[in-house]
Amino acid sequence: MKKSVFLGAATVATLAAGAAMAGTADDVKARGKLNCGVTTGLAGFAAPDANGEWKGFDVSMCRAVAAAVLGDPNAVEFVPTTGKTRFTALASGEIDLLARNTTWTFSRDVDLKFEFIGVNYYDGQGFMVPKELGVSSAKELDGATVCIQTGTTTELNLADFFRTNNISYEPVPIETNAEAQQQYLAGACDVYTTDASGLAATRASFEDPSAHILLPEIISKEPLGPLVRHGDNEWGDVARWTLNALISAEELGVTSANINDIASSTDNPEIKRLLGTEGTLGEMLGLDAEWAQRAIAAGGNYGEIFAKNIGEDTPIGLARGLNAQWTDGGLLYSPPFR
Amino acid sequence: MTTLTDPPKEHFRLSMLLYDTRYRSATIQVIALMGFMLLAAWLLSNTIQNLEALGKPVEFGFFSEPASYDINQRLLEYDSRDSHLRAALIGLLNTLVVAVLGCITATVIGVLVGVLRLSSNWLVSKIMTVYVEMFRNVPVLLWIVFAMAILIESLPAPRAFRGEDPAATMDLFNTVAVTNRGVYIPEALFSRSLGDIHFFGDSALRFDVSLDLIAIIVVLAGSIFAMRKVIAWANRTQEQTGDRPKTWHILLGLFFVPMLTLLVALGFHLGYPELKGFNFTGGTHMRNSLIALWLALSLYTAAFIAEIVRGGILAISHGQTEAAAALGLRQGRIMRLVILPQALRVIIPPMISNYLNLTKNSSLAIAVGYMDITGTLGGITMNQTGRELECVLLLMLVYLCISLSISAVMNWYNERVKLVER
Repeated sequence: MKKSVFLGAATVATLAAGAAMAGTADDVKARGKLNCGVTTGLAGFAAPDANGEWKGFDVSMCRAVAAAVLGDPNAVEFVPTTGKTRFTALASGEIDLLARNTTWTFSRDVDLKFEFIGVNYYDGQGFMVPKELGVSSAKELDGATVCIQTGTTTELNLADFFRTNNISYEPVPIETNAEAQQQYLAGACDVYTTDASGLAATRASFEDPSAHILLPEIISKEPLGPLVRHGDNEWGDVARWTLNALISAEELGVTSANINDIASSTDNPEIKRLLGTEGTLGEMLGLDAEWAQRAIAAGGNYGEIFAKNIGEDTPIGLARGLNAQWTDGGLLYSPPFR
Repeated sequence: MTTLTDPPKEHFRLSMLLYDTRYRSATIQVIALMGFMLLAAWLLSNTIQNLEALGKPVEFGFFSEPASYDINQRLLEYDSRDSHLRAALIGLLNTLVVAVLGCITATVIGVLVGVLRLSSNWLVSKIMTVYVEMFRNVPVLLWIVFAMAILIESLPAPRAFRGEDPAATMDLFNTVAVTNRGVYIPEALFSRSLGDIHFFGDSALRFDVSLDLIAIIVVLAGSIFAMRKVIAWANRTQEQTGDRPKTWHILLGLFFVPMLTLLVALGFHLGYPELKGFNFTGGTHMRNSLIALWLALSLYTAAFIAEIVRGGILAISHGQTEAAAALGLRQGRIMRLVILPQALRVIIPPMISNYLNLTKNSSLAIAVGYMDITGTLGGITMNQTGRELECVLLLMLVYLCISLSISAVMNWYNERVKLVER
């Protein structure tokens, strides 16, 4: 590994440094801060609020991991990344965890050497159009100008969708969500396409959200999840089981409000194992026994995080849909804590 | 008194490499070169080794995979099933388009502004000063984004053209549509077209050349050749007899008759843009992204060129102007016939680097979503395949080739206009 130090200095760092990292968990603990890659600003998922504090669904994931590993949900350094820079940032070791609406695909997992630690949002690519266009289906979009964020899977899905339906379109590639909004609102494109959750978040930030509709077609599967570098399985386990802890907590009825009571009073062995009052799960992860308690207390369980940031009572207004617990007919299904 | 004798023949000894000043510098240079090459080779092998350790060996096989994305502005036929290589080629052509357009406009504007800045008219010269200072002191990226924002926000969307009493109408006798998605201008169509010739069959580099275009160029070249003959004949006659024969009607005829005949034979007509569905169809679509990038790059670079031109003109001694004026030449002619030809010798060399700058600055295209080679090969392809090193290396190679070609052409031109010295 000596060689790669020099190489890093020789500006090919982005690629080489990935190999130089061994124990991310140790690095994070030594640093006392978790470097977490998020979007450059997408309301509900990750955006700084009026006080400059990062808030959102993805941000909560970062905070939960920081709470589990470092004991402090605020010990997070948020690194804004674009669709293009996110993978390089992760591969180079600039960030420890990428929680940025990233679709889990074969090539990203296998070829780009990343490890998706699970799915925290089941999404699909959708279309948003102004109501006054009178369009009710994506198949009526022949000849339309479509604004699309570049560097994402969406441009591939889009090309495939229009090709299979044998209709033409004019793609307008755009670097960030903010620019896409500007072009879409000015009428420079008829349609804006990205993940349906992102569309809902974008629409919520419009002056008049009711003037825009989401078309019924969802043209792709977009399982969004946090990811870490390939090859550091201990760190991958920490992140994966933090996410699973949040999901299990909702399933088991553990919330940020009742967690202290439940930890001492419960008889349910699975809750006990989860919260560390029984067994040595934390130790196996290389953490202390209360890691999951802190992760859940940081922002609540999965359901609470969802409701607070993107749920139906927020301006984003997303229904749980596929993201409900498996017991409620959704796809969220955490492996058991035992 | 000295006698010249042949110096004793010295036999070459190895130690002379170090102790003989005739060889020493060469020795040091060779050793330095070897050291440098070793360092470079070590870095290279290191990179390759580390990439292999990461499971990412350097290989270019991904180029033949389907690109799977669409590109809006394509000069050659392309769809999402074509390979990454073809996508890169489309991007390269887009880069060249904006670079060539930009260099031409920047030169025209730059020369104009540079000359006007020296104008004795106070207002004109001050306006030009403001222009130059404004453009060259703000980063070009901001100008590009600014130009795009103006185009998007201030121009009407295509749907404003719809309805009984539309909010916007087409310009120039209903032939040009200016929208916030770009400008649609009429296109040349041929109803009795000669067809195309295809090159390179089905490969990624395939392209078509329109026979109509070739025919037009051939006829145009023929006309110009004939016109030059006529002018030469007129010059000869003038020298021999002192009278210049009237030639303008012959020249006009030589230019227009063959061309018009050809156009009629090909069934030339204009295809006008027409609002159909979401967008205008027909006509040539110059996208906003191209216009914004072109405009911003030309105006920005023109500010630098203006200063170079001004410097070149100021370098010519004022005596030349006075001498020309004493001969009775007018202001405009002094500039055109006496000052500019000499100033060119000072202007051309720094101009080359401005052309290079403009071309390289065109890689900011993605800021407005213009799909140049940085957007295709260095953007989407790099992203989708994850082959950063290969893509970036290739990208560097491409820009290097473009820049060296520009330099070669400009240096050749510089050789031609420079003062012949003895």
